[in-house]
Amino acid sequence: MSEAGNVTKQVDAAREQAAMMPPVDVVEDPTGITLFADLPGVPKDKLDLHVEGDSLTIEGEVSVDMPEGMEASYVEVSLPRYRRVFTLSKELDPSKVTAELAQGVLKLRIPKAAHAQPRRIEIRAG
Amino acid sequence: MFGSLFPRDVLAELDRLQREVQTAFDLSPSIRGLGRGGFPALNVGSTPQSIEVYGFAPGLDPATLEVNLDKGVLSIAGERKPELPRPDAKTAIHINERFSGRFRRVITLPDDADPDGVSAQYRDGLIHIRVKRRQEAQPRRINIQ
Repeated sequence: MSEAGNVTKQVDAAREQAAMMPPVDVVEDPTGITLFADLPGVPKDKLDLHVEGDSLTIEGEVSVDMPEGMEASYVEVSLPRYRRVFTLSKELDPSKVTAELAQGVLKLRIPKAAHAQPRRIEIRAG
Repeated sequence: MFGSLFPRDVLAELDRLQREVQTAFDLSPSIRGLGRGGFPALNVGSTPQSIEVYGFAPGLDPATLEVNLDKGVLSIAGERKPELPRPDAKTAIHINERFSGRFRRVITLPDDADPDGVSAQYRDGLIHIRVKRRQEAQPRRINIQ
């Protein structure tokens, strides 16, 4: 009995945290990585970006002005939250991440650490 | 569907699969085909006074958005330009899931939608279209004499 209760509780917690996965584009150039994420309906103050260890989390809450007493009649976007987690690699410098949010598109720039900037390796003829 | 022409991400693929399974179980699809998974994603709500349409269309210039209401059919059309650089020797595109290109989505509104009472606004990448219902169709209490 108590076991079933625990399971229900876990399911409830999972549902509370349920989020949509925003589509992203990721491009790498010699000096860093640029990430674009589609977060329509997320205002600046509801966007949460954090780096913990080597994982980068993008989280945003959709804020929609709905008239009182509105009933949904057709729904494609069913959750009010976006979340996506990426694992950074060690040549990236998470302390220098810059972010812009414009009309629901997040643009993140993660530069590579100075020591990881490209260098041409000379091959010496032996 | 969400521009996943170059599938790289397993989770994104699972997400797409789930959407397709949902579509397959929808036993009475609209005559305008499989709407789900299109761009922009739409939510529709209604109140006694209005019909509220929400389009999740991030990163557009509102001036290029076309919203039309014709004979009870509402259409949202536009174009989203690709932001990605052309891949060359120095850049690599690792994930490409976001939609780009021309889009058009069409929905049928209820009969009492008022073509003169439409307003639309675009904020945070969300299009919100409000269509008022006609006055004569508003619920009224009928007095019994």
